[in-house]
Amino acid sequence: MPHLRMTGRGLWITVLIVPPLAFVALFIVYPIISAFAYAFFDWQGLRRGDFVGLENFHTVLFVEPYRSWTINAFTHNVIVFFALMVLQNGLGFLLAYALWRELPGARFHRIAVFLPVVLSTIIVAYLFKLFLHPLFGVVNISLRGIGLDWLAQPWLGQGSTALWALIAAQAWHMVGFPTLVFLAGMQRIPGEILDAARMETESEWVKISKIVWPLVAPSATIVFTLLFVGAFNWFELPYIMAGLDGSPYGSTDVLGLYFYRTAFGNVSAGQQDFGLGSALAVLIFIFIAAFATVMTLRLRAREIQV
Amino acid sequence: MSTAQASYYDRRGIMGTLGRDGLLQIILIANTVLMLAPIIIMVFSAFKTTPQIFQSPFAIPDFTQVANFLKIWNETNFLRYLLNSFVVTGASMVLILTLGTMAAYALGRYAFTGANFILMFFLAGLTLPLKLAIIPLFMLMRDLSILNNQLSLIFVYTAMGLPTTVFIMTGFIRSLPSELEDAARMDGASEARIMWSIMLPLVRPAMVIAGIQNVVPIWNDFFFPLVFIQNDDLKTLPQGLTNFMGEYTTDWGVLFSGLTLSAAPIIIIYIVLSKQFIAGMTSGAVK
Repeated sequence: MPHLRMTGRGLWITVLIVPPLAFVALFIVYPIISAFAYAFFDWQGLRRGDFVGLENFHTVLFVEPYRSWTINAFTHNVIVFFALMVLQNGLGFLLAYALWRELPGARFHRIAVFLPVVLSTIIVAYLFKLFLHPLFGVVNISLRGIGLDWLAQPWLGQGSTALWALIAAQAWHMVGFPTLVFLAGMQRIPGEILDAARMETESEWVKISKIVWPLVAPSATIVFTLLFVGAFNWFELPYIMAGLDGSPYGSTDVLGLYFYRTAFGNVSAGQQDFGLGSALAVLIFIFIAAFATVMTLRLRAREIQV
Repeated sequence: MSTAQASYYDRRGIMGTLGRDGLLQIILIANTVLMLAPIIIMVFSAFKTTPQIFQSPFAIPDFTQVANFLKIWNETNFLRYLLNSFVVTGASMVLILTLGTMAAYALGRYAFTGANFILMFFLAGLTLPLKLAIIPLFMLMRDLSILNNQLSLIFVYTAMGLPTTVFIMTGFIRSLPSELEDAARMDGASEARIMWSIMLPLVRPAMVIAGIQNVVPIWNDFFFPLVFIQNDDLKTLPQGLTNFMGEYTTDWGVLFSGLTLSAAPIIIIYIVLSKQFIAGMTSGAVK
């Protein structure tokens, strides 16, 4: 009888666990493993051709024009990552610190800073595309209105400002996320530690750099890693604001756009190539996985030291 | 002398605090203005004609002027997109919460061989950027004959939502006390009955958190429809929006009202449930 009961229980557990497991296996694990396999074949449209070894990797890394495209897009991702590190995570930390003091209106400010986060990237991208319109956009209308005509640039239309305009839109969209993660970290700092710190020093800077910042290290680990993965997966916002080619003249091209263009083709360059696309995907994937792991381990080590 | 000195330092302390808090308050107010201004301008512009938007973008509009909205209602597929988004998001959420609770219940309530391995398997899905597997996913959907079918979206969203859901819910289910469960088992209740009538009513708070964490990215997703869906009648809201924005490029009043209508559902729900939204959306990042 106990044996029979165990079997019934085993069956019950199987019934519970197999359907969810099947979804993850079929739609996450299998495609990711396949992505690696795809990269070693020559593809004719949707049809898999011959095994070509590392040729696709060689092409995207060393053969022109792919080589320049890859480097160009990668460089932009690096810029995006560091810029957002300051604009999104840096500002987020500052805002979290301000919210943490529970000044009058803190609740309202907290709701406001997170509001853009719930919006679709597509809405944010179109909104800023309209705002940054050279003639009719509200940004340039305002600049002209306060006499700064020289500053009224075609923000999205020139290579020198386009990527920065996208970064600004992205920071506006997502700054609330690190803000509230940091805030949650600060709220967990024990009151005794803060009281002790207040006895020791008058300086706000010392308190932030020696007490608050080290104690929110776990939050920092998470938002830094998420930003890193996000920055190297960046796609929707540049796709809407700058188009699939990263216009003007590739000045906003990033790995996400480049990968999509290579894999599925676009209106101008028509050609789709699953082999080269998969090679790019694998390289991006390995880069993200390796760097994110190193970053997480180093940041975690910092957490333990404290 | 010493009291004078002490009060001097006290005063400096208060002034210092006021100065610092004042600065922080100014930063917060400036940031809130920056966060809300684009949304307010968007909503205002939705009630203006295109020339009005160009001439006075900041002016408060006549809110009875709804010509732009009528145009969207009558001339575009907007309602269809909205309905599609509801169907896809709703179906995905039902699947995620059902399957996620099943897995979490098995992992959280029973000790069995391989449980840790299975949990690791789910957690692996947490960190992998699935966008990069879009080519094999595209081929998979083609082989399953569900390209250009909303099932492709529902399946991918379900798979993507499961890792976080299993992660959140397993921890929660594990922490529930076992007295009730044991008592029911003594009385001879079946495992299914124990799960359904005794344990499930207790896991609702975790379901809300897991639900919100998943519902926002699914509702807002653009990437997977872009690849899987071609038929205009099947498009979800973010994807439909790109059609619509391309069609009315010069009619800014209609563009802004389209954006406003798309943003409205989630903004309204967010304002009502801001606490749950913030908790849900940061729950993966806050230990």
